[in-house]
Amino acid sequence: MADGAAPVLDVRGLKTVFRTRGGEIHAVNDVSFTLRPGELLGVVGESGSGKSVTMMSLLRLLPAPPADIRGGTAMLNGRDLLAMTDAELRATRGARVGFVFQDPMTSLNPVFTLGNQIMEPLITHKGMTKRQAETRAVELLDLVGIPDARRRLYQYPHQFSGGMRQRVMIAIALACDPDVLIADEPTTALDVTIQAQILELVKELRQKLGMAIIWITHDLGVIAGIADRVMVMYGGQVVEQAPVKELFANPQHPYTRALLQTIPRISGERSERLKVIEGQPPILTGPLTACPFRARCEYRHDACDAANPPRRAIDGRMVGEGHDVACHWHAPAKAEMANA
Amino acid sequence: MLDAGTTPLVQVEDLKMHFPIYTGLFRKHTGDVKAVDGVSFQIMAGQTLGLVGESGCGKSTVGRAMLRLYEPTAGRVLIGGEDVASLAPEALRKKRPTMQMVFQDPQASLNPRMTLSEIVSEPLDEHTDWSRDKKLERVYELMDQVGLNRRFVNRFPHEFSGGQRQRIGIARALALKPKFIVCDEPIAALDVSIQAQVVNLLEDLQAKLGLTYLFISHDLSMVRHLAQKVAVMYLGRIAELSPSKDLYARPLHPYAEALLSAVNEPDPELAARRNRIILKGDVPSPANPPKGCNFCSRCPKVMDICRQVKPDLAEVEPGRLVACHLYEPKTAAGSTGGPEAIELNQQGVNQ
Repeated sequence: MADGAAPVLDVRGLKTVFRTRGGEIHAVNDVSFTLRPGELLGVVGESGSGKSVTMMSLLRLLPAPPADIRGGTAMLNGRDLLAMTDAELRATRGARVGFVFQDPMTSLNPVFTLGNQIMEPLITHKGMTKRQAETRAVELLDLVGIPDARRRLYQYPHQFSGGMRQRVMIAIALACDPDVLIADEPTTALDVTIQAQILELVKELRQKLGMAIIWITHDLGVIAGIADRVMVMYGGQVVEQAPVKELFANPQHPYTRALLQTIPRISGERSERLKVIEGQPPILTGPLTACPFRARCEYRHDACDAANPPRRAIDGRMVGEGHDVACHWHAPAKAEMANA
Repeated sequence: MLDAGTTPLVQVEDLKMHFPIYTGLFRKHTGDVKAVDGVSFQIMAGQTLGLVGESGCGKSTVGRAMLRLYEPTAGRVLIGGEDVASLAPEALRKKRPTMQMVFQDPQASLNPRMTLSEIVSEPLDEHTDWSRDKKLERVYELMDQVGLNRRFVNRFPHEFSGGQRQRIGIARALALKPKFIVCDEPIAALDVSIQAQVVNLLEDLQAKLGLTYLFISHDLSMVRHLAQKVAVMYLGRIAELSPSKDLYARPLHPYAEALLSAVNEPDPELAARRNRIILKGDVPSPANPPKGCNFCSRCPKVMDICRQVKPDLAEVEPGRLVACHLYEPKTAAGSTGGPEAIELNQQGVNQ
């Protein structure tokens, strides 16, 4: 998508730490990425990899304390989100950046009608009158494929099914025409057939509205079908980043490769035995001084214990633009892939 | 293991589980949620039957009703020749050691105030008169089997990770040397890289101990990996029951077809090429299922008869059972077979 265009969102060196009684947890370690206009960036990782915390940090949605954003910049169309005053931030959340959360059951307020909740950002951010907001809310519900929108406006969240609620959440996030939509595991709580409906909806909306989307998920299958570019996170940092086809065809980081092999497929040859990534994800009690994946890595080497590998571009382009990987050994891994 | 795959260990016949709905001041019985409405299948000894479907389709209820965690409304559940559904309480208690369950959420299914050894030996307290030492010996043996370090024996559940907790749940289920285990979404709460660990463990245990599994899951690709036969459920009934390799190669029931097409393969090339069947709408309420076929309100190949008559599960190809009017021989035309009937219908849809 739109290669070379100025990024909508440019995050550099983001670092978030949680201060807990048991010490500090370094949840996000020096994360940098860009989001170009109209692009869908997939963010993949296991629980605890820092993918949600990264996005929540951008909008300062984490309670502080315990969360503490230690460093970095996040330029949204030239303005630094992390340096904004509270008032500026309030004007940005919902208006310039929309957020869709994982669980549509808990992110809608059960005591207000849906109309109320969709109209709220329109009245606050856009200064619409109630009547204008109502008209817009009906348009939005139509847009996300909720039939009989006008009547539905006066219903409460419990009168909607899970898939319908997630459509409503998307409608709310889209209400103010945001520049960026951040979707945090939006389909994880849904059944596969409903998930397919939502994915189809998002594809349609992208064609119609052309906004840039960040899609957080642990499901590589979802990413394969929807993303333009993928960022793989592990241990609070970006370990690999590439265009979607490149990532699946030519994964470089041992973690990405192992992850792709652990999931059984629905077509093709049935694997006799699933490949396992032994061990557990790391607990990030201090700054990373070595590769976070080394304990579970097949290619562990002295260098992996000595230093945390920086992201390196492997296709001659700038880090963040083409294919880059944070691994001391991406070259041998590549050689072995060719042999396999 | 000698009789693996030849004799059924588990036979479920027309199992029904209805939950009554009471309304009004006098709690009048006004209807039933037909969570399971006439389900039949067999599981061969030493094999795995996958039970898939979306949330609310009744798959977990089948598992629970089979083990008499619910009192089934009707039907028979033969496990090793004995009808569990009608056993008297004391006989049922004696039967319990042969049939066990692994639950979805290892966090919720382990008592946070009990140590690992207390959790795993609780079934032994209940069903054996062993000495403490003997029980501890068995706990150690089980910990070895499921790959937990013996040093953890006095730890509490919160000290373990999700994958380890699920191993504790599995050890507890194995304590009494069961023949049959119902695995109710055992990997749904785990991270992808941990799922494979637990699945491999379940496979190893099956091979070593000759276990028979009912593997309940919504993860179709994992079921393909694990199960020899798969039953696809929709709204309390089985839509299709086929050998795994046939089902995944060529699903016959329109619901099975849609369900499989909705699965996201981790392959962008394939995702771009594939034609998804997007089902309209949501699953109807099991309290008020549609007249006729349960799937008729969302089926892309629906016919008039589907709205009138509930199709029965019938063998349409060797070994493959499907509950769909598309595959019924047309009695009016006399000899019209299944395949021609399908053609007719597809034309009908295309018009």
